[in-house]
Amino acid sequence: MAYARDLTAIRKLIASHKRWDLVFACTGVLALMVGVLTFTALFVDMAIDGVPRLTWDFFTNFPSRKAAQAGILSAWVGSCLVMVVTAVVAVPLGVGAGLYLEEYAPKNWVTDIIEINITNLAGVPSIVYGLLALGLFVYQFGFGQSILSAGLTLALLILPVVIVATREAIRSIPIGIREGAYALGATQWQVCKDHIIPYSSAGILTGIIIGMARAIGETAPIITIGALTFIAFLPPSPVTSEPPFLNFEWLTSPFTVMPIQMFNWTSRPEAAFLQNAAAAGFVLVLMTLAMNGFAIWLRYRLRKNLKW
Amino acid sequence: MSPQAPSTRLAQRRVRIIKERAIEAVLFLAALVSVFTTIAIVYVLVKESVVFFQHVSIVSFLTDTQWTPLFDDQHFGIIVLLSGTLTSSAVALSIAIPLGTIIAIYLSEFAPFKVREIAKPFLELLGGVPTIVYGFFALLFVTPILQWFYPALPGFNLLAAGIVMGIMIIPYVSSISEDAMRAVPMNLREGSYAMGATRFQTAVRVVVPAAFSGIASAYILGISRAVGETMILAVSAGMQPNLTFDPLEPAATITAYIVQVALGDLPHGSVGYQTIFAAGLTLMLFTLACNVAGHMLRKRFREAY
Repeated sequence: MAYARDLTAIRKLIASHKRWDLVFACTGVLALMVGVLTFTALFVDMAIDGVPRLTWDFFTNFPSRKAAQAGILSAWVGSCLVMVVTAVVAVPLGVGAGLYLEEYAPKNWVTDIIEINITNLAGVPSIVYGLLALGLFVYQFGFGQSILSAGLTLALLILPVVIVATREAIRSIPIGIREGAYALGATQWQVCKDHIIPYSSAGILTGIIIGMARAIGETAPIITIGALTFIAFLPPSPVTSEPPFLNFEWLTSPFTVMPIQMFNWTSRPEAAFLQNAAAAGFVLVLMTLAMNGFAIWLRYRLRKNLKW
Repeated sequence: MSPQAPSTRLAQRRVRIIKERAIEAVLFLAALVSVFTTIAIVYVLVKESVVFFQHVSIVSFLTDTQWTPLFDDQHFGIIVLLSGTLTSSAVALSIAIPLGTIIAIYLSEFAPFKVREIAKPFLELLGGVPTIVYGFFALLFVTPILQWFYPALPGFNLLAAGIVMGIMIIPYVSSISEDAMRAVPMNLREGSYAMGATRFQTAVRVVVPAAFSGIASAYILGISRAVGETMILAVSAGMQPNLTFDPLEPAATITAYIVQVALGDLPHGSVGYQTIFAAGLTLMLFTLACNVAGHMLRKRFREAY
């Protein structure tokens, strides 16, 4: 009899413990739902306010004092040009640094300092990069409030992202590949150029895209260098009809970018401008979603196709 | 075909060695750029702050209870801006840390494979949304909803900004915590299950303590994100310096103040211009302290298997 009583008591205990499992699983789903719902609300909110404004004119008009005629031409052109500078600077530097740290670096205190430093830089608030750019690029180097200053700032900002992605991609290449190449008499650079970089390129690309998606939405550092918000002209064209066909005047041109344009419209009281802000925000969200989505898809494919 | 003369082979070899060395040097310089960046940040912040502290004593910077650097009657009490930063960060972290931890435990220990495969990229997308968009959302969506519950809430307030900031930080906390939990060896869980523990007991009493150093660094990263966040606060918490710890009020943070000054056109070299570097230095020291604390926590709670 006592045995049966104990058994029911134990069963009850087990049932109550199992109930906790269920309760926690539900809490977990609810917590995830907070994220999902917020994201949906954000997306739908932007879409409802912004989509009616997304006409062709919105993309081909300059900002204007009249909300209905205002557009994002100078903003998206500026964003594209700044991204070009960022990519040109951040990609070679980031990939080079990652390659050095994984393939060349000796185990000594210099390497340790570089590694700790990269970890710390990843945690520095973006606005501090803006202050660095204001003090260094804008005034010390005299680049002014230009596309060049902005591109360099964002390049430094995303450098840790590119370096970390490069290192992870390189680390996943088995040592046998390197040994095989060295056994055939390849030099270190030949191994890197012909094997390491090609095999890690998809992983590196993932990191670059995620970094660029972050750079395109960054507002604070660009405001800090003092980018103007009302720009009703385009920078000089990078391509010309006469030789040498390339023109670098655009680098020193004043500019605006998408997030700054959106910030400018958000800080105005009129509802019509808030609609413009929603439209610009919607375009910005779509751009970053597309870039991050592509990077995630690329990583997923990569994981599936990994041969070693 | 006659073999090459040894002298040409040696010459080729020398050229190749020089080329290899040159490439290594170039790659080393690329790696050094990050060190130069740090040096440059410290140099710029300290240089301008030194000039600033010649005008304003450190004591009044730390103890004054007014922040009015742009008025005639100048006061430089960083505590005013710090109160905004701390209050909004507290709101954000009180959302991000519990939710982020629960999501991490759920994804690592409970969720079926399919759910994890969908949820993880989704969280990553959530973390990739530009913060200016989150700011817009806080100002024009979250604040009106909060006003529905509490009509006296002003249009600019720390609460809405903090809530949205918290949701923005969830992915950072959850992804690093989850990585740490998944790195806990399987046989620890198996041992726990063999003793008759349920999933929940295993997760809370075995996995979380074992992964604590990783979870702590996730929290530290969350804190430094919250303290350094700029645009959400500049857009939706207002730019009025306000010494308050009440999230229902509007208040400027350190970062929002920097944005406010950068938007106006203060002449290069004025005291107002230097204040943003002193504010930036405060911010930088704060995040540095977070990083050091995180490093020590990691060392203290590191579990080796």
